[in-house]
Amino acid sequence: MSLDPLWLSRLQFVWVVAWHILLPAFTVGLASYIAFLEGLYFFTRGETYLATSRFWTKIFSVSFGMGVVSGIVMPFQFGTNWSRFSDATANVISPMLAYEGLMAFFLEAAFLGVLLFGRKLVPRWVHFFAAIMVAGGTLFSSFWILATNSWMQTPAGFELTDGRFFPTDWMAIIFNPSFPYRLLHTVDGFYVTTGFVVLGVAAWLLRKGRAVTEARFMMSATLWFLLVAVPAQVVIGDFHGLNTREYQPAKLAAIEARWETEARVPLTLFAIPDQEAETNRWSIDVPLLGSLILAHDLDGVVRGLKDFPRDERPPVLPVFFAFRIMVGCGIVMLILVIAGNVLRTGERVYSNRVFLLACQWASPLGFIAVLAGWTTTEVGRQPWTVYGLMRKADSVSPSLTGGQVLTSLIGYMVTYAIIFPAGLILMRRMVREGFTDNADEPPIAGGRPPGPIKGAS
Amino acid sequence: MTLDLVPIWTFILGFGVFLYVLLDGFDLGVGMLFHFAKTTEERNRIIGSIVPIWDGNETWLVLGGLALMAAFPLAFAIIIPAVYFPIALMLLALIFRGIAFEFRFRDSKHKTFWDYGFTYGSLVATFAQGIVLGAFIQGFKVDGRHFVGSSFDCFTPFSLLTGIALIFGYTLLGAGWLIIKTDGELQTHARRWGRIAFIGVLIAVGIVSLWTPLMNAAIAERWFSWPNIAFLAPVPLVTAMLGAFTWLALGGRYGDPAPFFGALGLFLMSYAGIAISLWPMIVPPVYSLGAAASSESTQAFLLIGTLVLIPIILVYTGWSYWVFRGKVRGDFGHH
Ligand code: HDD
Ligand code: HEM
Ligand code: HEM
Repeated sequence: MSLDPLWLSRLQFVWVVAWHILLPAFTVGLASYIAFLEGLYFFTRGETYLATSRFWTKIFSVSFGMGVVSGIVMPFQFGTNWSRFSDATANVISPMLAYEGLMAFFLEAAFLGVLLFGRKLVPRWVHFFAAIMVAGGTLFSSFWILATNSWMQTPAGFELTDGRFFPTDWMAIIFNPSFPYRLLHTVDGFYVTTGFVVLGVAAWLLRKGRAVTEARFMMSATLWFLLVAVPAQVVIGDFHGLNTREYQPAKLAAIEARWETEARVPLTLFAIPDQEAETNRWSIDVPLLGSLILAHDLDGVVRGLKDFPRDERPPVLPVFFAFRIMVGCGIVMLILVIAGNVLRTGERVYSNRVFLLACQWASPLGFIAVLAGWTTTEVGRQPWTVYGLMRKADSVSPSLTGGQVLTSLIGYMVTYAIIFPAGLILMRRMVREGFTDNADEPPIAGGRPPGPIKGAS
Repeated sequence: MTLDLVPIWTFILGFGVFLYVLLDGFDLGVGMLFHFAKTTEERNRIIGSIVPIWDGNETWLVLGGLALMAAFPLAFAIIIPAVYFPIALMLLALIFRGIAFEFRFRDSKHKTFWDYGFTYGSLVATFAQGIVLGAFIQGFKVDGRHFVGSSFDCFTPFSLLTGIALIFGYTLLGAGWLIIKTDGELQTHARRWGRIAFIGVLIAVGIVSLWTPLMNAAIAERWFSWPNIAFLAPVPLVTAMLGAFTWLALGGRYGDPAPFFGALGLFLMSYAGIAISLWPMIVPPVYSLGAAASSESTQAFLLIGTLVLIPIILVYTGWSYWVFRGKVRGDFGHH
């Protein structure tokens, strides 16, 4: 039996990045939400906002901690398992990753301590400021990491010498063709993901009749927010698709399972794509709609997979289904959000059992959509690491053997299988107990002593 | 003519790595000392002394890795796969350790489990970093732009020794930190722990300092040839003085912060010693700093931001330490 280090390294990368992404998907949104709540509290001194912020801040601290430890694993993966990729692309991508560290990670880390433990140690405005800084840090982080990933999708601003990439134009590198779309779509996706978690928790509280004032506020404000953010997500996604059609046509063909290059293509709602036979089985098509959506033109031409050599085609089946899962989530979200805002009349939104249960069940939808979206993006990029230029087979570290990667992979699998379920259970429990033990904050952690002591005031 | 940025980047990287060693060093050291705490109250105070700041400390590790990748990518691409297992081990250990900060307070049913995760996570991460250090001093098997040795090359008697040396070193820093942040009985314990760690450091670093030149003729040549020996003689002398200072400080002289700063000085001297031995190699014994450097455009682009951002980072990080100044109390709660 031979273990392929490339295959195992891919598995390991997917394993660690997929778990990691779930946390930013939640913390980016939650950090902004907490800053929003702290802002409301700062300006109005409304106790509801304070209680709500405290509740979410506790949950934030757990998820943020998990985001940090799973994130530290990530850059080292580039070195341990993808050293040839690092050698070839470091001149271009590593400054962006380093800027993420400099602009985002330090900011988050330093102000997080103050946000979590400093409420009584610093003036009110400083505490509010800390919340803003943490939220800003998560957005900077998203900016740089997505610039990096987008460059791998649609490389620009470089020259290739001896198989290595050298920067020629930094603006073109950072603002590469797919970056604006990916940034907007992902960050909005993260906000939506968080929004549905908040909605679910509010619905549960309302059903249990606990912390009703806070729950009503969460439900109402979040529904207004999502009324904008969910449709925006669909629209940005549509434009992202146009961009993909232009710069990564093979990926778009895989998303839509189109084999022939044609005009006036149908939209395939469902099918079982068959990579070997180069055709779809059991397909359900809507005539013309494909060209309309993909090219915004009834006569639009969509390139098919047969245009590309077999060894430059991504695996169609996972891309096709992942995309449909994501869009499916988006549609369900849209329906829920519209229903919620309709139910506002007569305040039924706070009492309609069916709606509240639906909100509870919908809380994980964002996470599913984010994972499905990333699967579309990353698997659709195959077989390339840097689209069209560097293959994944040329990216992996040459010194690794299958057995070694298998060993580390098992280590990551076991660790994550302990950590992540434990974190999830913990956060569930915190939601359950959150508003009940919300009395006063315990004495400040690591803080100053009760009386003045030498050196401290 | 453009400015050669390699020396600047060498300094920044050296500075970043040293700050990491110092900050996460005391942090990991505190984690290891946690094991020896007698009561729950002591454990709470020990962990409370680092809760608001550990995340920032660990961030210097991320920055160190990324700055290496950005400024000396060839070194990153050769060294990191060469130390595949210590790195993986370190990352896994850091996960358990980092998660414990939150989990041990909130998951009382498995508190013991997370406590073990915290203290053994700190131990394993430190040991793994020490192995990386040893492997780095020993050098790597390189062909062209790739590491061509095996992933097990890094485990040698020498690197195991540097692993142990780092455990004692971080523990010493950790004890110094606890002396600053605690009082009463716990502080007395910390002083004792510090003295034990100090003896460990003395023995381990002594052996490493003798072994390194014996193992490597070029390093021996650098230290012991004339006139280098005259220029370099202050290094061991200053180290000895700092050692005496630290020992006395651990015994209670010069005020509470003194042991920590003594340990800091000792680390600085060891760091300088390693730098002198290996200069100007970044992938010993093959690539020098200049040869492994990234393109000028890469270095320049990152430098602009770095020069602005590092001072800002130092200011607000310093401020966040200041917010949490003073002794930790025992009735440590959460949020
Ligand atoms: C809450 C999450 C969420 C929701 C509801 C949607 N998406 Fe999405 N989508 C993402 C979260 C996401 C993502 C995780 O953020 C991805 C992965 C990488 C990226 O750029 O964004 C993504 C990728 C992605 C791509 C692939 C781009 C590429 O790499 O070439 C397309 C074409 C779309 N999306 C389009 C849509 C459309 C038309 C949606 C309408 C319902 C939609 N997405 C809903
Ligand atoms: C392979 C890709 C990735 C790498 C190398 C990476 C790297 C890291 C690192 C090192 C951390 C820890 C930071 C700390 O010490 O405070 C982290 C956390 C974080 N990452 Fe990632 N990351 C990746 C994917 C992503 C993606 C796709 C996003 C978002 C778009 C993202 C957003 C964040 C955020 C916001 C944090 C802060 C912690 C949190 O909020 O949970 N990361 N990441
Ligand atoms: C944002 C930063 C990210 C970067 C820089 C990045 C980079 C990479 C790299 C280097 C590989 C391995 C080489 C290859 O197979 O071509 C890869 C594969 C992959 N990544 Fe990402 N990734 C990022 C984010 C994500 C996220 C957030 C996910 C979410 C789940 C993801 C999912 C995948 C998948 C599924 C593959 C394997 C595709 C396959 O081989 O079939 N990536 N990515």
